[in-house]
Amino acid sequence: MFTGHRARKRTAYVLLVGAVTFALSTGGSAQAGYTRAAAKCGTVNLADNAWVGYEANLAVVAYVLKNNLGCKVVVKNISEEISWQGFQSGQVDAILENWGHEDLAKKYITTQKVAVDLGPTGNKGIIGWYVVPWMAKKYPDILNYKNLNKYASMFKNSESGSMGAFLDGDPSYVTNDEALIKNLKLNFKVIYTGSEAALITSFRAAEAQKKPMIGYFYEPQWFLAQVPLKHVTLPAYTPGCDADAKKVACDYPPYVLNKVARAKFMTSGSPAATVIKNFTWTNEDQNSVAKSLAVDKLSDDAAAKIWVTAHAAQVKAWIGK
Amino acid sequence: MSTTVLEKTPLKSEQSPKRKLSLTGRRSAFLSVFFLVFAIAFRGKATLPLDRSSLTGFQESLNSLSAWIDNNRDSNPFFTTFVNVVRNSIEWLVNFFQHGISQSGDSRIIPQIGWLGVVVIIGCVVYAISNFRMSLFAMSGFVVLGLLGFWQESMDTLVLTMAAVLLSLIIGIPLGVLAGLFPKFENFLTPALDFAQVMPTFVYLTPVTLFFLIGPASATIVTLIYAVPPALRITAVAIKEVPWSSVEAAVSMGSTRWQALRKVQLPQAKRTIVVGINQTIMAALSMVTIAALIDAPGLGQVVVRALESLDVGRSFQAGLGIVILAVVLDRSTTAAASKVDSGNIVNESRRSRKTILTVLGVIALLGILTSRIFSWAGAFPGSGLLGAKISTWVNNYVNWFQMHFVSITNDITNVVSYGLINPMQTLLTQSPWFITGLAFVGLSWIFGGKPLAAISTFCVLAIVGTGLWSDTMVTLASTLVAAIITVALGILVGTWIGRNKKADRWIRPILDAGQVLPAFVYLVPFLGLFGATRFTAIMAAVVYAAPASIKLMADGIRGVPATIIEAATAAGSSPWQMIIKVQIPSARRALALATNQGIIYVLAMIVVGGLVGAGGLGYLVVAGFSQENLKGKGLAAGLAIVLLGIMLDRITQAIAHKSSKGLSSAAH
Repeated sequence: MFTGHRARKRTAYVLLVGAVTFALSTGGSAQAGYTRAAAKCGTVNLADNAWVGYEANLAVVAYVLKNNLGCKVVVKNISEEISWQGFQSGQVDAILENWGHEDLAKKYITTQKVAVDLGPTGNKGIIGWYVVPWMAKKYPDILNYKNLNKYASMFKNSESGSMGAFLDGDPSYVTNDEALIKNLKLNFKVIYTGSEAALITSFRAAEAQKKPMIGYFYEPQWFLAQVPLKHVTLPAYTPGCDADAKKVACDYPPYVLNKVARAKFMTSGSPAATVIKNFTWTNEDQNSVAKSLAVDKLSDDAAAKIWVTAHAAQVKAWIGK
Repeated sequence: MSTTVLEKTPLKSEQSPKRKLSLTGRRSAFLSVFFLVFAIAFRGKATLPLDRSSLTGFQESLNSLSAWIDNNRDSNPFFTTFVNVVRNSIEWLVNFFQHGISQSGDSRIIPQIGWLGVVVIIGCVVYAISNFRMSLFAMSGFVVLGLLGFWQESMDTLVLTMAAVLLSLIIGIPLGVLAGLFPKFENFLTPALDFAQVMPTFVYLTPVTLFFLIGPASATIVTLIYAVPPALRITAVAIKEVPWSSVEAAVSMGSTRWQALRKVQLPQAKRTIVVGINQTIMAALSMVTIAALIDAPGLGQVVVRALESLDVGRSFQAGLGIVILAVVLDRSTTAAASKVDSGNIVNESRRSRKTILTVLGVIALLGILTSRIFSWAGAFPGSGLLGAKISTWVNNYVNWFQMHFVSITNDITNVVSYGLINPMQTLLTQSPWFITGLAFVGLSWIFGGKPLAAISTFCVLAIVGTGLWSDTMVTLASTLVAAIITVALGILVGTWIGRNKKADRWIRPILDAGQVLPAFVYLVPFLGLFGATRFTAIMAAVVYAAPASIKLMADGIRGVPATIIEAATAAGSSPWQMIIKVQIPSARRALALATNQGIIYVLAMIVVGGLVGAGGLGYLVVAGFSQENLKGKGLAAGLAIVLLGIMLDRITQAIAHKSSKGLSSAAH
């Protein structure tokens, strides 16, 4: 259709119509009521990392910034690495929940000095080994690592050969499980499921089908509200026992989850910076909002509104009034 | 030439291909025996294992390379000028379209053109390039997107996809034409294309955002890298398929080479070039979810978000949106192509088409103005009730299915894992590396002579150099199983729908869905049914790779000249003989391309496999993306995947070429 002499005219014709259309539509937009009020607080760029706990933090902070301070909140859905990178490029102002990442902290806080640690969010991450609830009920002694070898053959699957399968999840969590299994002389093999989705689905299926399953898991996590996995005790954590990654033989340390922000943003005097600096709450708080988001499937603003209305005084303290 | 097909008793010519095949067949058999004997005799030795968290010297040097790039990004003049120019121009292009149809501007709550305007424009454009039925189809597809509750996200995805596809075609088609005309240029380009198609996106996701910042530019570039190779490759094949005799005829009548290109080669290559455009669109849409990881707006975001709480229904809802976009774009471009193929339009209808186009233009204008004035025509009304219903229904269905079929699916997983994957993996990982390497080189030499053997030697040594030989063998085992299934499906289903137009019509949407539906939509149910295993990873790879293979094979079957089919029918061939002795051999280039692209797409799923329990190189790539100290290892894993891809690609092409050469020598 677009070849030949006559057709060239047609092409030009269609293009002309198209151009006129576009010109008319982009010129002049005087419609009443379609404008937005300017913000006193300015624009705040918040990273949004892809787990529900983070979404809970973000939902509440964004709600407060938008409704109480009139800020324009821009949410960037990116991974943790890219969030920290955003401090360097100026595109990200704050990360609202950070699990460890000492290597990134060293790079961006210590070396490049583009980011600052804002201290704890109040949430504590508890990482460890967990089994499905039905197993804990049927074999109570399985909750002590010393008895795991007795049950190791029950955990065999098509991926683990002759040893029991121990499931790990998302590789962004640094795990010591291979070293632990070796140093505690356990007859297991680590299966890298590769993602939180795979890990959770495996646990859920195992509980539903009454199959044995043991793996790495953590709190706070919305899934534990649906399937209450039971924690397996390892040798207690003492400071320094995980210094050498190859010789680890103790449980994981509790993680103090913290907030990180862009250095220049914190010194800009924006009221949003104060709110983010003062933001703290408990594991129970986060779990309740996470449940609204993941299980009740509310929108971010709806879930946040419920919590903020119930904790108005705490929110006031964040704003610094 | 074609008369030989009719002779039914050419004993000599039937014997010689058999003899030729059996020479390579005998050599391959001998090689396999050699490999098995030595592999089992020396098993467990020199297998080059590497601890999950350890890094070799090479991998650590990659860590320093990425650190250097980080530090010099702001100061190096190359980075600042070239990169900024590219980034700003792409951002301008994308923002322009975004403010046009999907995003609100600074002073407007809805975009410049509301949903009604967009639907009407789509209808007019599709009508202009094809026919009325297609334009109705396209418009209803878009309306369904709104009913799902995802109008804005769908428009965001459409904008990004179209920007990437536009740029891919601008880059890919001219280069593809050049590659088709000059084989030396094609050989030069092929490694770069392999890199672009096979290098896992995770590996360059962070560097790309480092240079081009978080925003539409990075998302478009990431999609571009993946979408240019299909355009280029398929255009090159299209040009090469035009018989040289046609060009010669034109030149002998006085055309210059340039005229011959424009008036003979390009028109005859058009049908296959449109397959290339179609594949480019599919490739671009398949990147939607990954692009969401770097803040690309659109349906990918909905999928990622739904996945956090394992909401299969909602992720399916968004995936359905992507599939609808894919089907509409696929159908429209295909219909445009067949219109092109069917030749010029008669005089009378041309004049009436002019009137119709004017009318359409006016309707489009009215639609746009309406969408700007009335709010019901601007922002899509309703809250996507249809979408919510679909979401709930899918969740319930998946749960029901899982409850009732899980024992069967677990059995299937165990049978295939213990029976097929485990033996293959044990054989590959437990053999000394030089024995397996020699087997590859030997195979290459048998089917491709010294040049191919040289390439394979290089690849084998380079993989050893990355320090990831053992993990590569793990990945290779799963890849081989997936590739075999993919190619088998390509031949079987592709031949079927190539011969049967009716089957083609209803299979095509399923194929589009397989290529474009974000993997996690069906992976979470798969995980429930098959567990976090290599089998699940293989299933995911097949779902993604088979459609490309099938589509290419079908195009090849359809491209067999009608004269050959008639001649074979006149000679009394049964349908079975037609398929085996005429259509498949004549479509040998398509078969080679289908095999090649099938394997490449399987390799593209290695990383997704790593996210569902396949381990191996895929997992290492993801780990490198998430842990700073494993960055070098992740990059090395990406390199290993590319090297493996190059080797497998070349070897399979050589095998396909050799065996079809044998078959076709009977026909000439």
